[in-house]
Amino acid sequence: MAEVLSTQAAVKKASTAASTQTLSINGKSFTLDADPKMPILWALRDILGLTGTKYGCGAGLCGACTVHLDGQPVRACLTSLGQAQGKRLTTIEGLDNQKLKNAWAEHNVPQCGYCQAGQLMSAAALVAQHPKPTEEQINSAMSGNLCRCGTYPRIKAALQNYAKQEG
Amino acid sequence: MSTFTAVENISRRDVLKLFGAVGGGLALGASGLTWSPMALAQDKEARLNLFIAIGEDDKVYLTCHRSEMGQGIRTGILQVLAEELEADWDKIVPIQGLADKRYGSQNTDGSRSIRENYDRMRQMGAMARTMLEQAAAARWKVPVSEVYTADHKVLHAKSGRSAKFGELALAASEQPVPAVESLTFKEIKDFKQIGASRQIVDMDAMLSGSAIYGYDIKRDGMLYASIMRPPVLGSDVASLDDTAARKVAGVVDVYRLPAAKGAPAFQALGGVAVIATNTWSALEGRKALKITWTQADNSQHDSTLYLKELVERVQQSGKVVRQVGAEIKNWPEANTLKAVYTVPYLIHSSIEPPVATAHVTEKGCEIWASTQTPQSTQQNVAAALGMEEEAIKVNVTLLGGGFGRKSKPDFSVEAALLSKQFKRPIKVSWSREDEIQNGYYHAISAQSYQALFDANNKPTALLARTGFPSISSTFAEGVEYPSGGELDLGFVDVPFALPHLRYEAVKAKAHSRIGWMRSVCNIQHGFSAGSFVDEMAHRSQVSCFEMWRSLLGEARREAFSEQGFKYGNYGEDLSRHPVDVGRYLGVIDAVEKAQAKAPKAGKNQGWGFAVHRSFVSYVAVAMLVEVNEDEQLKVLNAIAAIDAGTIVNPDRVKAQTEGAIVFGLSLALMGEITYQEGKVQQSNFHDYPLLRLPQTPAIEVIIIASNAAPAGVGEPGVPPVAPSLTNAIFAATGQRIRDLPVNKLLRV
Repeated sequence: MAEVLSTQAAVKKASTAASTQTLSINGKSFTLDADPKMPILWALRDILGLTGTKYGCGAGLCGACTVHLDGQPVRACLTSLGQAQGKRLTTIEGLDNQKLKNAWAEHNVPQCGYCQAGQLMSAAALVAQHPKPTEEQINSAMSGNLCRCGTYPRIKAALQNYAKQEG
Repeated sequence: MSTFTAVENISRRDVLKLFGAVGGGLALGASGLTWSPMALAQDKEARLNLFIAIGEDDKVYLTCHRSEMGQGIRTGILQVLAEELEADWDKIVPIQGLADKRYGSQNTDGSRSIRENYDRMRQMGAMARTMLEQAAAARWKVPVSEVYTADHKVLHAKSGRSAKFGELALAASEQPVPAVESLTFKEIKDFKQIGASRQIVDMDAMLSGSAIYGYDIKRDGMLYASIMRPPVLGSDVASLDDTAARKVAGVVDVYRLPAAKGAPAFQALGGVAVIATNTWSALEGRKALKITWTQADNSQHDSTLYLKELVERVQQSGKVVRQVGAEIKNWPEANTLKAVYTVPYLIHSSIEPPVATAHVTEKGCEIWASTQTPQSTQQNVAAALGMEEEAIKVNVTLLGGGFGRKSKPDFSVEAALLSKQFKRPIKVSWSREDEIQNGYYHAISAQSYQALFDANNKPTALLARTGFPSISSTFAEGVEYPSGGELDLGFVDVPFALPHLRYEAVKAKAHSRIGWMRSVCNIQHGFSAGSFVDEMAHRSQVSCFEMWRSLLGEARREAFSEQGFKYGNYGEDLSRHPVDVGRYLGVIDAVEKAQAKAPKAGKNQGWGFAVHRSFVSYVAVAMLVEVNEDEQLKVLNAIAAIDAGTIVNPDRVKAQTEGAIVFGLSLALMGEITYQEGKVQQSNFHDYPLLRLPQTPAIEVIIIASNAAPAGVGEPGVPPVAPSLTNAIFAATGQRIRDLPVNKLLRV
């Protein structure tokens, strides 16, 4: 099922490189007219209304915008619409690892919650690859996600608890 | 109990005005009960007071009038309300209050939401419960003294009758409002909500991506703005070439904002706004702007040179701000210990930068903002638009962190000015670069300390000086000294029991917008005092714990009478929130005991300690670090004990204290904003780094059990972190770090 969403950005000026982009997001197909250079972060947030993916730095330094492209964690602020063509995009709205979310809730991880979508997406990619991540794997996979509130000890605890449950 | 402004049985019409009528309220994309101001616009609720409404469906709508920025206030305020109401936690619907003076202050800063509202919210809960009881008694024709409330019901024991809240709601709303003096309150032993670690009310929304922050607001016909602001405070656009910017796809217009005049306060800074149909186009358009800027008085500001001057100044005499005993004039070198400490400029860097959406019409203006201060937003937007405050409606979204930055409403003023110009809703989203380069900075500072020791190597006198540009400079021109309120923040208010104490403040002019950041001047004052006490301990060859105990003296309440200053005590009465040396000693003991059970310092390792009172709470922190041969620092363990009086939600207090340690480590290890030619040199997280997960130590938090008045939680954990860290580095290496951040000397 294709949902056609036209963007105001597309109807501007002859010089624009706007073209039709087809994206697969959370299992649905979306078609939009936009510049293929537009980072998917802004297409998701401003055009498609999927605001769960957050802006934090625009430079791949904070991880707040982490999404999955064909299952791999990528920064939506550095990934263009063009690069996402023909690939499966998963955002926090489509994250189906309930067990991971439960671990987050049990450890009361979020404070302000703003970075947590990115944290969860990085964590989900980690446990998809390593269902029982070691401390080293947790450190490595989560080091790209900043949390100014300082929820790191609980993120770590939630992931360690998740690993235990994997038995 | 404290008085409150707004106990009135306000009418249904008022309720609709307060929360927005159906369709005119907050039509946020993701509704759901976790954050739905629309809930009150339903027909089925009866309002009992400003904070409590009950639906015929038995749901209880509780209003949080403070802003949620991670501290858990939307849960904490509701717990206090629900306690005296005897409400079932599962039937509670949180409502976010709009800006409205009837709530009293809504300023969510200064770690005061619970301490200022604990009594009030208990009163509100007790009042609503009494009205429900009155309604039940009237219905059953029994004396009100015979009915009681438990578990979301009013009961009559004699007849065995009971009624759910929902069944009584409408009748209760028509009952007379009981006088505060007539209310009865639960005993602590009967508490079900206060003291319970309730899960935050926004948990599900936060984990599903449906929680709505300021950055997520979208209104019909909305345009997106990105603003290139003057890089030097006081400069303005000299020339603008926007030809290329206007050619960027999606760019609608380019608009020059007037420059701020005089003291910056909460004015829009000015600059050039690029207006577009989406954020990316606005950012791309902005990159294509060609702007030159005028020179300003601050264009020569160089923070390295400035800090050198401050360091020199704190080694000369200044204005005396506290004096105990006679001034010591003779400081023989052999008996004197001296040290100078510095902390650089810092910036808040919440992961969500400042953001606001405004829609100005002829009638008024509606704002949706990540704001810590909805009423100040209302006032400043009204002033900027030339409108009445009542014409400004301010919706408070969730905040993606605040830390003090979002209590400055300049970003809402920008959105309002642009919406007025373009006659459409406009969202002003600050980029990370904007946040780091055009903020309200934690002041650069220097402190000097010197202590005189007697023949037994015991300290007898202390002389301390502090210098930093004042927050007051942001609001008035010509300010040259720190304000008394700033000196009260961890400088003059340390209750050292020495016979001779002298505290002085030195001159420091501001060259940027100076603002408050989580724990404010307690950052530099906690660092310098906490470091110097450790230096004194080493000189006297006692533990840091022992030195603190000896300097603080016996358990007592210190009023600082006849010491040359009137202590502000964070706006609290000293009788309710005394400076209690016994409570200092309590957190010191708790951490010392916990450290004794923790791993001993091994090779290249060391424990450090510091204690600090701020926001009327007491926090002690011990830290274990290791520094290896490659000068690589690893922070291994942190133990914190917090005495914040009565605790509403222990898990959130623990979370805030963990967060304070991470925040404190970020600033101590790697936080530094520098200026050259009046411009901030840093721009994003590559050069203004924050602590990351692998750098975070294991953290243990001890909450001191107490029935004292509830005290601050969000900020008091921060000040002791930096000194406990640098004291630990000294213990591990013998290297004393007096100038933050640590990463100038060690790899972190």
